[in-house]
Amino acid sequence: MTIERPGRPPGDEPEQRHDGVPDGQVVSVAGDPFPDPGLPAHEPRPTDVDEHAGRRAERQVATLFGLSSVFAILWVVVYFAVDLKGNTATLFGAGAQNLLLGVCLAGALLCIGVGAILWARKLMSDVEIVEHRHAISSSEEDREVALGEFDQGVRDSGIARRPLIRNSLLGAMATLGLPAIVVLRDLGPLPGDVLEFTVWKKGVRVVNDVAGNPIKPADMEIGQLVNAEPELFFETDANGEPLFEGTKLLQAKAKAAVILVRMKPEDIQAPKGRENWGINGILCYSKICTHVGCPISLWEQQTHQLLCPCHQSTFALGDGGKVVFGPANRPLPQLPLMIDKDGYIAARSDFHEPVGPSFWERG
Amino acid sequence: MSASANGRPQRAPRRAAKSSKPNPLAGIVNWADERTGLAAMSKTQIRKVFPDHWSFMLGEIALWSFVVLLITGTFLTLWFHPSSAEVTYHGSYDQLRGVKMSDAYASTLHISFDIRGGLLLRQIHHWAANLFIAAMFVHMMRIFFTGAFRKPREINWMIGMTLLMLGILEGFAGYSLPDDLLSGTGLRIADGLVRSIPVVGTYLEFFMFGGQFPGDEIISRLYAVHILLIPGLLVALIGAHMLLLVYQKHTQWPGPGRTNDNVVGYPMLPVYAAKAGGFFFTVFGVSALLGGIMQINPIWMYGPYDPSKVTADSQPDWYMGVPEGLLRAMPGIETHVGGFTISWNVFIPGVVAPGLLFTVMLLYPFLEGWITGDRREHHLLQRPRNAPTRTAFMAAMITLFGVLWAEGGNDVLALVFHLSLNDITWVARFAIFIGPAIAFWVTRRWCISLQRQTHTELLHGYESGVLMRSPEGGYAEKHLPLPIERAYTMTANDRDHVLPMPTEEDENGVANRKVALMRLRARLSRFWYGSAIQKPTREEVEEAHAHAAHELEIHEDGHQHLSEGEYEGDYEYDGTPADGHQYDGRHGIDESKLRQD
Repeated sequence: MTIERPGRPPGDEPEQRHDGVPDGQVVSVAGDPFPDPGLPAHEPRPTDVDEHAGRRAERQVATLFGLSSVFAILWVVVYFAVDLKGNTATLFGAGAQNLLLGVCLAGALLCIGVGAILWARKLMSDVEIVEHRHAISSSEEDREVALGEFDQGVRDSGIARRPLIRNSLLGAMATLGLPAIVVLRDLGPLPGDVLEFTVWKKGVRVVNDVAGNPIKPADMEIGQLVNAEPELFFETDANGEPLFEGTKLLQAKAKAAVILVRMKPEDIQAPKGRENWGINGILCYSKICTHVGCPISLWEQQTHQLLCPCHQSTFALGDGGKVVFGPANRPLPQLPLMIDKDGYIAARSDFHEPVGPSFWERG
Repeated sequence: MSASANGRPQRAPRRAAKSSKPNPLAGIVNWADERTGLAAMSKTQIRKVFPDHWSFMLGEIALWSFVVLLITGTFLTLWFHPSSAEVTYHGSYDQLRGVKMSDAYASTLHISFDIRGGLLLRQIHHWAANLFIAAMFVHMMRIFFTGAFRKPREINWMIGMTLLMLGILEGFAGYSLPDDLLSGTGLRIADGLVRSIPVVGTYLEFFMFGGQFPGDEIISRLYAVHILLIPGLLVALIGAHMLLLVYQKHTQWPGPGRTNDNVVGYPMLPVYAAKAGGFFFTVFGVSALLGGIMQINPIWMYGPYDPSKVTADSQPDWYMGVPEGLLRAMPGIETHVGGFTISWNVFIPGVVAPGLLFTVMLLYPFLEGWITGDRREHHLLQRPRNAPTRTAFMAAMITLFGVLWAEGGNDVLALVFHLSLNDITWVARFAIFIGPAIAFWVTRRWCISLQRQTHTELLHGYESGVLMRSPEGGYAEKHLPLPIERAYTMTANDRDHVLPMPTEEDENGVANRKVALMRLRARLSRFWYGSAIQKPTREEVEEAHAHAAHELEIHEDGHQHLSEGEYEGDYEYDGTPADGHQYDGRHGIDESKLRQD
């Protein structure tokens, strides 16, 4: 067993219990209203005294373990016999194979688990054992010896007497932090000013984001909202390769996604200087929320409000995209529009401010 | 092992040495011991005693679900491709065939639809992750409510809080890996949080994502974090958690024979080996059942990530409720100073507040220890009612969590209950402050009321359910004294000790240091113990019993009463008439069916 040391470990003052009695006394502590009656006598279980009950428990446990094997074999049968196809179609979308494999695995595991616990509860000795606690702390001598050994080691090293060594070592260790930090430099490029711009520029058509079809003002009804993108995302270069694909496409999209809405012109109160950014009540706003960057897509036709499904910032599109509710602070950036020579809606320039969530250098 | 005070058998005598038949394990043990010397340690650990209580099982659920996570996670790595490279899907899920997506998403679809048992293992992994974090939360609350974090277990509390925080980060990293629309949206929000950090935000963002969001590095980096870095830390910290538990021995509930200096329970081998081992299979089995019959994170329904798309009801996993609720409740405040922007509406709820809450919880044992001035070792658990302020604090924290959790799903609540989203958010904005305050006050009063009830039972006995009628026609319920075992258990707690107000100078006229701080501490200590009820003293118990006996005597003078020898109980404890229940003892109770029978 554990070593018991009498008394309290040193350095642990005050030693008094709040009721003024030293720790370590158990029976009949002065001031405590009731003395410790001591552990109650062990009460035997049916399986302790009745051999029949014991054998029955034994059979129960063995049956559970046996059932576990049955489930495990069933699992193998299901694995080979039940088709994986249509795994989402059946049974709450769980899939027939998934469901049967899961139930068989659960059966195999639970039978072992329940059997083992039953074995412990019914058949293993349930006589409680008393183990004394050892003091958590070391003895005072041990501590002194340890401290002494440490001091001796420090003295032998001479680190205290030779500060030159100590200081230069500390300096060397600190300097070593530089490579450790600098090596992380190439984790990514510096932000530079890329957050300030998107791929929109004068003449880039605003196209629908599914098929890339350009849009004429007459195509849009009052109250309609179109999820749109720059036509660049659907264009190819001289070799027939897409201009944007993979990560480059996602990065450009994360800033350039827009929504195109048409309202009655009288419902629009354009902010100063933006009076001619729309076309006959068609306005274009960034789709990226100014809160933390979710694409905003819930359009309330009657109120001309756009709601972000992530944190419910609400923007009034008839009112310069300003925030009417929720945690966002800045209005949605607006994209100035024009009609190109073929009569399609196009951007007149890039956004006049950075899109998406705020950042320190944004100003 | 010495015999205990009550003479119960302590430990079966060791027989192995005297056995005539050689132990079949002796050869192996010798071989191993000659190389490791493990026998000396094992001899005390093999039959190490653990106390038994259902609530001690909560941490075990966390431990075993972590093992399930290691097993199922390893399985998933055999097919998962942590790559953002664009591929065209050609697998068996019809609806997405021909769609361009990341390799990560395509391989997750492959696991779900083309690997037999793949979906099951994926779903077990996700369920076990939820179970892991939920079990850690509940385990943490159990430790907190019972005061098990007190000296000498403060370090283990901090390890545990760190495990909880790492577990949550690990969960987030895990569900971000499949690169479906929902997980990408989660990463977009994480990007917004990082970007909001003043001065260095955009740099951290660009270093994290390898450029502009979403970049092509984040999946492979999160993968390294998810399967190597955090699991490594978790394994190391769980190891330390368990080692400290074994060294310090488990706490136990007070009771007859169960003191601050011993552990009463069952031995590791065989009882806990079977129970804990069986419990691992049970936890694994329950996870498997969940994975088999309950769908979780059906990524094929969300589609591949596209930064211009999102679905309504976008919601993180439940354990992200605190930052999610804070983000939604925070009013949109930004500061623009000198050409720079501080995005309080993101920085405070996303970074500052969660960090602050975590720090307070991490350091809680030291905060409470400083206020109470308690530096003793505690191995006995406290009933939550006996620490009213602490219990109330956790009730307030749970309420805060609940409010934020609900606010984190304000759109779903609005939809399901046909409420205004804006109203829910406004209610949450106030409830974040008012709710915890109410919970604190109510819980504290509740605890004190429960203490009062205990106090009354100790002094005046419990309500027996036997109604007595007096000759005058009055009715009263007969009270009976608590069994001594129960009375002892209910008074095994320490008395509270309010720290005295410090004086400017000590008795020798020397100025005391840090008087202001010590005053604050004394005030906090007074607030802490508040009007908590202290257990009765022996004198109070004796007085109550004497008082009851006296009332009985008065009655016996005026009315028909027990004849000599009819009453066989002990007036000291048994059948003691109690205040207001002066008919006690007039009738024998052997025939009565008592409420506690």
